[in-house]
Amino acid sequence: MMKDFKQSILVSIWFVFLTFPLMAVRVNTTEQVVEWRWMSMVWVAIATFSLSYAWRYLLARKQAKKNEEDISHGKLQLLMEDMGFRYKAMGLLLLLALIFPLVFDTYQNTIMISALIYVVLGLGLNISVGLAGLLDLGYVAFFAVGAYSYALLNHHFGIGFWSILPVGGIFGCLFGVILGFPILRLRGDYLAIVTLGFGMIIKVVLENWSDFTFGPSGIANIDKPGLFGMDMNIDSSTTYIYYIMIALVVFTILITNRLKNSRIGRAWIALREDEIACVAMGIDMARTKLSAYALGAFWAGMVGVLFAAKTTFINPASFTFMESAIILSIVVLGGMGSILGVILGAFILILLPEYLRAFSEYRMLAFGAAMVLMMIFRPQGIISNIRTKYEYKKLTEETEHG
Amino acid sequence: MDYFLELFLGGLTRGSIYALIALGYTMVYGIIQLINFAHGEIYMIGAFVGLIVAGICTIYGFSGISVLILAAIAAIIWASAYGYTLEKIAYRPLRGAPRLSPLISAIGMSIFLQNYVLLAQTSDFLPFPNLIPDFEFMEPVAYFIGSPELVILVTTFVTMILLTLLIKKTKVGKAMRATQQDMSMARLVGINVDRIISLTFVIGSALAAIGGVLVASYIGQVNFYIGFLAGVKAFTAAVLGGIGSIPGAVLGGLVLGWTESFAAGYVSSDYEDVFAFGLLVLILILRPAGILGKARKQKV
Repeated sequence: MMKDFKQSILVSIWFVFLTFPLMAVRVNTTEQVVEWRWMSMVWVAIATFSLSYAWRYLLARKQAKKNEEDISHGKLQLLMEDMGFRYKAMGLLLLLALIFPLVFDTYQNTIMISALIYVVLGLGLNISVGLAGLLDLGYVAFFAVGAYSYALLNHHFGIGFWSILPVGGIFGCLFGVILGFPILRLRGDYLAIVTLGFGMIIKVVLENWSDFTFGPSGIANIDKPGLFGMDMNIDSSTTYIYYIMIALVVFTILITNRLKNSRIGRAWIALREDEIACVAMGIDMARTKLSAYALGAFWAGMVGVLFAAKTTFINPASFTFMESAIILSIVVLGGMGSILGVILGAFILILLPEYLRAFSEYRMLAFGAAMVLMMIFRPQGIISNIRTKYEYKKLTEETEHG
Repeated sequence: MDYFLELFLGGLTRGSIYALIALGYTMVYGIIQLINFAHGEIYMIGAFVGLIVAGICTIYGFSGISVLILAAIAAIIWASAYGYTLEKIAYRPLRGAPRLSPLISAIGMSIFLQNYVLLAQTSDFLPFPNLIPDFEFMEPVAYFIGSPELVILVTTFVTMILLTLLIKKTKVGKAMRATQQDMSMARLVGINVDRIISLTFVIGSALAAIGGVLVASYIGQVNFYIGFLAGVKAFTAAVLGGIGSIPGAVLGGLVLGWTESFAAGYVSSDYEDVFAFGLLVLILILRPAGILGKARKQKV
């Protein structure tokens, strides 16, 4: 007890020292004034003192769990494994999603659309990061490719939303292959940095190639998606986009779920777990990695088209590294590889800051901290991926019937 | 020819700063095979602490090179403290975890530190006082190379020599090399591996802090976001030279500095980042181990 207390005191003194110049002092070199903020030091001391207790408690619990070799899952997890419950829950959720715009106003719809956009982005990134274990830090580049392909084709040739939607996806795919091809041989961490660089290159090109992309000022007056040439006011067109988005999300979930359990999905997971063993089993590494990359990029390209159609204005500022980081934290916090987890992660990460406006300044701070804490204390995410298991009992039953 | 020389020296200055930051990446990677994404943030924090100390000093009447030295010392102290704490919180609990985990934790830490500085200080660019005086003996060559460039070059050169001596000649350096070669074997012969890893972070952070203060006083402004790009560039330099190799990091930094400088001078300054990353991709395709790195055979 005394030892804990002493340690916490030491930790809090250390952090007061650590944060002293940045938290307590603020200088203005042009006006030659120093502003001292001693109160913040008191807050740091109190906060780190209590956090130190929590930290040690959580570490001890993690250790204890490890020793127990506890493989049983939590209640939520067990519920999720029950297929009957799962179908019921999904049906209910879909119903709720369908009546949502009838109950809430346009503002709520707009927020919901952006959350749904992130759901699709999260699910797309989940393919390369969660399933295939290829850390992609420039994912937003594919999103930009989709958005710009719609904006440009619409601006120059007046092509409509529906014809571009698949084209945007295919462009995303194409860029995924172009980028993926040279870096296939790289190990995980090099891959991360190259994708990061690629994301930055795309942004620099978008900003500076003014003849083609209209530079930092962006492209305005992009057509909203049309419905048999009907004229729609803002409210009804938002509702329309909302329903398109719902359809897209359902489509994404269906496809990614099927992909996950397919031959190629299992090849991705095998590749993630052990590359050498996987290749030794006869899986074509290049093709598997490329397909993970391309299919991940496909969704980003497609939803990029929808993003451009929704906002009717895009510029390079929407496609920064921070966006990639947000999408990555959605995947990490939700649970890498788990579809349900990613959906939940997107809603939490996008809707929470929207409704807690007072704390929105602290949003990125909290994301960063959450990524670290998640990795340390719960690497499997909020809802961990359920791995397919074959149970002997079921297997015999099935063979009897069949 | 004059233009060429100007670009060459500009690239050399820029490259030596990249080299200083790249050393931190390379040393950490050499020991625990982790890309310390938050290293750029340590550099930024070093620059900020330097700015704050320099600001206080100038307001209370000090001036000139003594302020620069004070600022650099404070920056080194605090940046090292941050590096040490960073390792302890974000990386140590993850030792032995799958490779992706510490990498994601590092990205999280990088985002956290950026926003911490943003909230604790400001999102604006803060002016950094000009601390490097114009030396008189530099008068004749001032057309090519100014006093700030000279200070940067001399400082980085001296720092690198000291680092090489530390690693090659001292007992601690020997322990570091041993840990790099084989961590469990080093532990068996009685090296406190945890302490060596902490020390590596501290040294890397101190080097980044020196770079931060130098760059900030050279460019004249500081912002919470400067660490990110510098970090990525420095990492590129480290990979270029062969990650894990200390002379490689220096060489990589210089090559990157020249590439950017010549690309900006002869092609277009808008696309200098594109050239830097293009070079990275090219190197990774043609020679993944880097210029001086040895290809590590993976054993099963």
